[in-house]
Amino acid sequence: MILRPTLEDIRSIGYYLGKVVIGLGLTMLIPIALGLAFKEFNPVLDFIIAIEIALLFGLLLVKLCATDKDLNWMQGMIVVSLSWLAAMLLGAIPFYLSGHWNSFLDACFDAMSGFATTGLTLAQDIDHFSYTHNFWRHLTMFIGGQGIVIIALSFFVKGLSGAFKMYVGEARDEKVLPNVIHTARFIWTVGIVYLTLGTLSLGLAGILGGMRPVNAFFHGACIFMTAFDTGGFAPQSQSILYYHSLTFELVTVSIMLLGAINFKLHYHLWTGNRREILKNLETVALFISIAAIFFVVAVGLDRSAAYPQLVMLFRKGFYQLISGHSGTGFMTIYARQFINEWGSLALVGMISAMALGGATCSTTGGIKMLRLGLILKALKQDLKRIILPEKAVVVERYHHIKEAFLEDKQVRSAFLITLSYLALYFLGALIGMFFGYPFLDSLFESTSAAANVGLSCGITNVNMPAALKVTYMMQMWAGRLEFMSVFTLFGFIIAAVKGK
Amino acid sequence: MKTSLQSALLILVILVMPCAALAADAMAVSSAELINNARQYDGKTVTYEGEVIGEAMPRGGYAWLNVSDGLNAIGVWVKREMARDIAHTGSYRAKGDWVAVTGVFNRACPMHGGDLDIHAFELRRIGTGRIIKQRLNITKRNLSLVLLGLLCLVLILRPSKRS
Repeated sequence: MILRPTLEDIRSIGYYLGKVVIGLGLTMLIPIALGLAFKEFNPVLDFIIAIEIALLFGLLLVKLCATDKDLNWMQGMIVVSLSWLAAMLLGAIPFYLSGHWNSFLDACFDAMSGFATTGLTLAQDIDHFSYTHNFWRHLTMFIGGQGIVIIALSFFVKGLSGAFKMYVGEARDEKVLPNVIHTARFIWTVGIVYLTLGTLSLGLAGILGGMRPVNAFFHGACIFMTAFDTGGFAPQSQSILYYHSLTFELVTVSIMLLGAINFKLHYHLWTGNRREILKNLETVALFISIAAIFFVVAVGLDRSAAYPQLVMLFRKGFYQLISGHSGTGFMTIYARQFINEWGSLALVGMISAMALGGATCSTTGGIKMLRLGLILKALKQDLKRIILPEKAVVVERYHHIKEAFLEDKQVRSAFLITLSYLALYFLGALIGMFFGYPFLDSLFESTSAAANVGLSCGITNVNMPAALKVTYMMQMWAGRLEFMSVFTLFGFIIAAVKGK
Repeated sequence: MKTSLQSALLILVILVMPCAALAADAMAVSSAELINNARQYDGKTVTYEGEVIGEAMPRGGYAWLNVSDGLNAIGVWVKREMARDIAHTGSYRAKGDWVAVTGVFNRACPMHGGDLDIHAFELRRIGTGRIIKQRLNITKRNLSLVLLGLLCLVLILRPSKRS
């Protein structure tokens, strides 16, 4: 029997959702301050309107649903999935008011793409964006990557056990520190320290490349936020190709790789335990995967004669691969070059890299390396069972932060999430094909959306069908939250309709 | 005889020059055409027109310009003195100069790590950019004031707390 949600459930969900919305609204103070500094008064008004709507909505929820009760698992998951939808709607308001998006749906597409750290865009005339709006595009990725709910956990939700439920709902099932609030603050501290260093490095690279200092550091901050949070938006329409700089490419590759590793591993690196990076199953799987897929991409590029020199093949192939594997989506080629010049084999390599993603508890999307490692370990264990005598006890171990034995429960969970991702990739591809796009193009774009990558082969543009835009938005949302909280929301809606 | 021949040649040059310029204009290729048919245009001399966006980035005796025709922006490698003619580059505050670039199109430039670019040997400014004056949007200002009023009302609302 399905139980209909109680009024108390709705109050708790509304109260915590309200807090998250207030937190999100307050983040718009940053673009407002920047806009005032650059004397961009109309863009500032866009953000004042958006912040007022966010505070109105958030305060109404908090006041109407005020409760002392803590969240249970179901409520925590629903708060998370609804928070991301609310973030999309609120984040889209300044976008839409700027006049750079053709419709509110397009603005919502970019807001979801930003918060979900995807990087696909429907923005028009990016090269004439104000600093204020451009910064907000990149900040959405930093906020989304660090975790929308983590903002609320860090500043508004103190000492609650329900905080952990929201934290898990946001696809971060590992605590770096024993206390989830401390973990959230650690994630933000790491992010802000890296932001400072990354902005300096990219700013200097920009100045060396001939940019004016103000622009160089502005671009540096924006590019850092989207590289470290594996997002992929860039201040100019040409993405990283705009800079025509090898130094810029090298710095961004390093930041993308930093963003693709587990936050727990960052903690170990920060505390001096550098050996962990070499022992960790996830990191080892990531580097093996990069090497193997690069081989496929390189052979593909060679066969299609995309680049006449090996150096070019390496520079273009490796950059796009790291961008895809880390789920970032920066490009140093044009979208149509993937289809017109790269050839099927290199394209399949890129799709595989995007589908697999980076580490768990990072900002990358996709299946993720720990799951791949666990599934391969399980396969090895089963092969051993077949080969060894029946009475032999086969035990498989792995190292991920600590030594552990492989358990069926973990493998089952890894398989379920992997299957869900594969289904999501193919469902999106099917819908793309329904609208007349070729299979490989559809699969490329669908995988890019669902794995929160942002590389495009040209399907994503303002003229694509509205239903396909909605499909990609749903894929970005479900992919970013790793399904569980999205499934819980659907279950909640069904229970509200059919429950007794 | 010599003078009349020179005069005839001069007249011919005067007549042909605008035609040649027109022909060059007519042959201007769009960014979409270049990107979609990159192999076909690779190594060929093309004329490409668009707005200079972002900023000119000097590199030694040369500079990078990014030129957008509204669909895509393409990197143009020019001699530094050619970039000096650019008065405005496209941004939020300015409409950039509209230029016609003639040069060699590279699908995968061997000099620039495989970038798709144009190495220009001629750059003509065919439209001057301008500073865009921003006026405060009164509708937005009024909307923000109305919302502020509503926000104040909600702030004084008493929470309906049930434990």
